Amino acid sequence: MPMVRISDVRKAYADGFEALKGVSLDIHEGEILALLGPNGAGKTTLISTICGITQPTSGSITVGGHDVVADYRGARSLVGLVPQEINLEPFERVMNTVRFSRGLFGKPKDDALLERILRQLSLWDKRNNRIMELSGGMKRRVLIAKALSHEPRVLFLDEPTAGVDVELRRDMWDIVAGLKEAGVTIILTTHYIEEAEAIADRVGVINKGQILLVEEKTALMTRLGQKELRIELHDPVAEMPAALADRGLRIEEGGQVLVYTYDTTQDRTGIATLIREISEAGLVLRDLQTRQNSLEDIFVGLVTEQEDAA
Amino acid sequence: MNWQAIRAIYVFEMSRFFRTLMQSFVSPVISTSLYFVVFGAAIGSRIDEVDGVSYGAFIVPGLIMLSVMTQAISNASFGIYFPKFIGTIYELLSAPINFLEIVMGYVGAAATKALFIGVVILGTSALFVDLTIQHPLAMLAFMVLTCLSFALFGFIIGIWAGNFEQLQLIPLLVVTPLVFLGGSFYSISMLPPVWQTISFFNPVVYLVSGFRWSFFGLADVPIGLSLLAISGFTVLCLVIIWLIFKTGWRIRQ
Repeated sequence: MPMVRISDVRKAYADGFEALKGVSLDIHEGEILALLGPNGAGKTTLISTICGITQPTSGSITVGGHDVVADYRGARSLVGLVPQEINLEPFERVMNTVRFSRGLFGKPKDDALLERILRQLSLWDKRNNRIMELSGGMKRRVLIAKALSHEPRVLFLDEPTAGVDVELRRDMWDIVAGLKEAGVTIILTTHYIEEAEAIADRVGVINKGQILLVEEKTALMTRLGQKELRIELHDPVAEMPAALADRGLRIEEGGQVLVYTYDTTQDRTGIATLIREISEAGLVLRDLQTRQNSLEDIFVGLVTEQEDAA
Repeated sequence: MNWQAIRAIYVFEMSRFFRTLMQSFVSPVISTSLYFVVFGAAIGSRIDEVDGVSYGAFIVPGLIMLSVMTQAISNASFGIYFPKFIGTIYELLSAPINFLEIVMGYVGAAATKALFIGVVILGTSALFVDLTIQHPLAMLAFMVLTCLSFALFGFIIGIWAGNFEQLQLIPLLVVTPLVFLGGSFYSISMLPPVWQTISFFNPVVYLVSGFRWSFFGLADVPIGLSLLAISGFTVLCLVIIWLIFKTGWRIRQ
């Protein structure tokens, strides 16, 4: 039984806009799933529908086996949500607002636990500060503290690192890794592909209310992963030497660089032969570089494909 | 029932109140004192007595009602409108709670604040006039019920309001006139017959009348009718709130 099961969920808003067009997705216990998609792809709507902020038009969602509509108490008590917008009461103090969240989810007062959470998020020194006195990054930490205060089994992070500095992003990744170790299932949305690459176990790509692909990150990278070998020459070539004509090379940077694209999953990549042939053709190498295709390339490829199909 | 959640909302809302305790406490004391100076001393010296009660004492129940109603509405409407306005409502919607628990938390806190202010005004009044309370239990019941029902009404306004202007609109255009024309400062029997008839369409008349009865045993309308009116109003507000949450109107798109 998956931790979260989304079955053919559709969501149409009152103005007729269909934000989700039949989304089905299983999220397993203890994994980190990154949902990638451009703005307006339906990421936030999907999360809001799971968390109870909006109701699905059709289809069903269960969390830990509890239907999010029929058994909303069972489902929601497992779920923590860190929203995209910084929604906090400016005049409240940090500790109060975190305590409020814990109570709201029906959990008895436990200030020792809240202290641990606030310390982990480097917020303990700020516990008696008003929210309005905190920096943007600190406010985002408060949102995370609120979501963690009621010990969720599933944590949704809606664009947790949008507009935060590098240091906080690193911290955030560490926090996510720590939670995963504690067995928490984590779903995060992002449009930073490096983020998905850095921390996710699986990657889902969503666009225009449809899931285009869900796959193990490493499998995805290998399957679609092509590598480029960039061969920098000592002396530029004006045109491709005849001996190399059928190797599928590309000339770049005014003849200074030859680019060879190959598939890392193949038994033989043909690199050794190519290097030999290049020196036989009388060219002198200056440098070699390889570059792995990033998720970004894959992502852009998928989204363009969908647009071409439409 | 998620009692922890009700408690969390209640405590959170009350902490806002205690943060501004001076303001919460001082402003009703000052405004009540002003009412006594203006109505009690200046006008009261010419009116003398109403149905055997000194005018100063006669206006006390109306004064309390006036503040309790407006405070209950403004506290409850602000309490639920503010999370909507700044976006923290997401947390209420994603928490394992139902509408009844949300209402109990917010309305309970707003009613408590209004009750507190009602008691402060009662205490302040006792400094200015001799007060007798013939039916203390009935007095308390009326006050609590009024706090609750108007807090419920305020909650509805808070959910309906799309901006701060709308938040003030109903209290300003509907509630304040009804309260001032509801017999707070006069007996309905002092009015010309036409206005007496019109007054009986004003729900506030029944509340003020019932409340005044608990002090002096005097009423413009039978006490049973007053009880019926306040209970009916409470039930009506509850039904509307239940419908709002059932349909998700203005809350859950």
